[in-house]
Amino acid sequence: MTLEAGELRVENLRGGYAGTVVLEGVSFRIGAGGKLGILGRNGVGKTTMFACIMGLAQIHGGRITFGGTDVTALPTWRRARAGLGYVPQTRDIFKSLSVEENLFSAVRSAADDKRVEAAFALFPRLRERRNNNGTQLSGGEQQMLAVARATISGPTLLLMDEPLEGLAPRLRDELMDAIRNMVETSGIGCLLVEQHVDVVLDFADEVLILERGKPVYVGGVDELREDPSILDHAIGLRKGTREGSSIARAW
Amino acid sequence: MADIVADPSRVEPGRWRALIGPELAVVAVGLLAAIVFPDDLGFITRINILSIFTLSIALVVGQAGIGTLGQAALFGAGSYAAALWALHVSAEPFSGLLVGALAGAGVAAASGLLILRTRGLTLIMLSIAFAQVLLEIANKAAFVTGGDDGLADIPVNPILGAVAFDFHGRVGFCYTLAALVVVYFCLRRLIASPFGLTCRGIKGDRLRMRAIGAPVVRHLLCVYAIGGAVAGIAGALSAQTTQVVGLGNLGFELSAEGLVMLSIGGVGHLAGALLGVPTFMIVRHVTATINPYHWLLVIGVLLVVTVLFLPGGLYGMVDKWRRRAGQGGS
Repeated sequence: MTLEAGELRVENLRGGYAGTVVLEGVSFRIGAGGKLGILGRNGVGKTTMFACIMGLAQIHGGRITFGGTDVTALPTWRRARAGLGYVPQTRDIFKSLSVEENLFSAVRSAADDKRVEAAFALFPRLRERRNNNGTQLSGGEQQMLAVARATISGPTLLLMDEPLEGLAPRLRDELMDAIRNMVETSGIGCLLVEQHVDVVLDFADEVLILERGKPVYVGGVDELREDPSILDHAIGLRKGTREGSSIARAW
Repeated sequence: MADIVADPSRVEPGRWRALIGPELAVVAVGLLAAIVFPDDLGFITRINILSIFTLSIALVVGQAGIGTLGQAALFGAGSYAAALWALHVSAEPFSGLLVGALAGAGVAAASGLLILRTRGLTLIMLSIAFAQVLLEIANKAAFVTGGDDGLADIPVNPILGAVAFDFHGRVGFCYTLAALVVVYFCLRRLIASPFGLTCRGIKGDRLRMRAIGAPVVRHLLCVYAIGGAVAGIAGALSAQTTQVVGLGNLGFELSAEGLVMLSIGGVGHLAGALLGVPTFMIVRHVTATINPYHWLLVIGVLLVVTVLFLPGGLYGMVDKWRRRAGQGGS
């Protein structure tokens, strides 16, 4: 079977940091343009899994294939050039650079140059603040910038690690709408780690649930909707208690 | 609403100012200094050359975060290469500059392959060690470099075959000022480009830059080689204008002075080099004239005061004033 461009396949991944193994036996596949949500309590290895996929953590075993190429041993920058975009939990925007400079720091070719304008079209708020430094941006704007910058190199699969963390509900909705719009119009695939379960269920086609570094559920969103006990059983979930909120959180 | 169509032949005045304003300021200040102090053209020429050298440090240290104390090796390589080129091949000055640039870039690329895989203190120590090794090689290879005596009577043909270097140093001054302006213009363009922004990104967070597709070591090697070329040009200018090259051109003292000048001017900006070098040179010149034994004390105090009270250096202070004036005006 041939793999299509943008398809990520993780097989029996065992990874962590230095001598510590955090992930054990993680396997999943996401097709080109697919949307996979990743759920799990804090500390189960969601961020480590992204770090392994990007080559930022140590892989002790298993295989990662992207677009038909084995990327397990490739350096991080080659994985990024192969089409893996990464939005880390810590955002990591360059605060001494302006919004525009942050975006141009990811430009590698003339084609990337054009994507800067596309990023501004996706996040008009960033266009308004194009000359502002990273220190002058709100948390939501910083997150928008981190997502926008990850799109500059033209990724075919975007790894987003808790992009909504710490954002006000209105900004959260605005950012999620933009991400949804980007994914649907450009056909970019997406791996989304998020604590807000409802957001993941609304966004993803499939869900992977991790527990202590091991996958305990990989399957469709509809099954989870039909049988909430799966979530309850897998990650000890209960519906959100905030007044007027339908957000459920994994905790 | 009618569309507003810009006339492409018209460039807004503000855009011109941003495009070549700083270079025009350098020319104006340089010419003013030459007019006011016509007997000190040799000194002003030295400031021009050291400004180019310090610009190379500003690029490498200030923009890319490569903490090196071996930049003099690249300056020296450029000066020896230009001198040997003039003595044995051609005394045409522009080809000498090109040879100096290539020598600086080549030595930077060769040493960069080793030192840029390290960071922090290790990198600093390796850069010093590499420069010291080069200095010792130049010392021992006396049949090529002249050893401790250096190379003297380096011939320089008239510029473009028409303008000969004069005894008063007027041509040397104009020649080095023109080189400074061209180098400054090119480096300003470079750091505003995606290449330069990637350098600043690498300085800020290497892992992040890797994750957005930047081959960090290769990129640093590239910028280090460009910095080497700039330092090599400065070295070549020094050889051509003084017609002498000695081991001092490779010495640690020059590297350290370059870094001190940049610290005084402001490490994070190219303009810091252009403010720091004249300040350092003038303070040293004046204090050494008053007391030839204790001028270093004054430089030390100046450096401490700058680091403690002007974290952005002189450029940071000027920039702050400019912003305040802008706010006041608006």
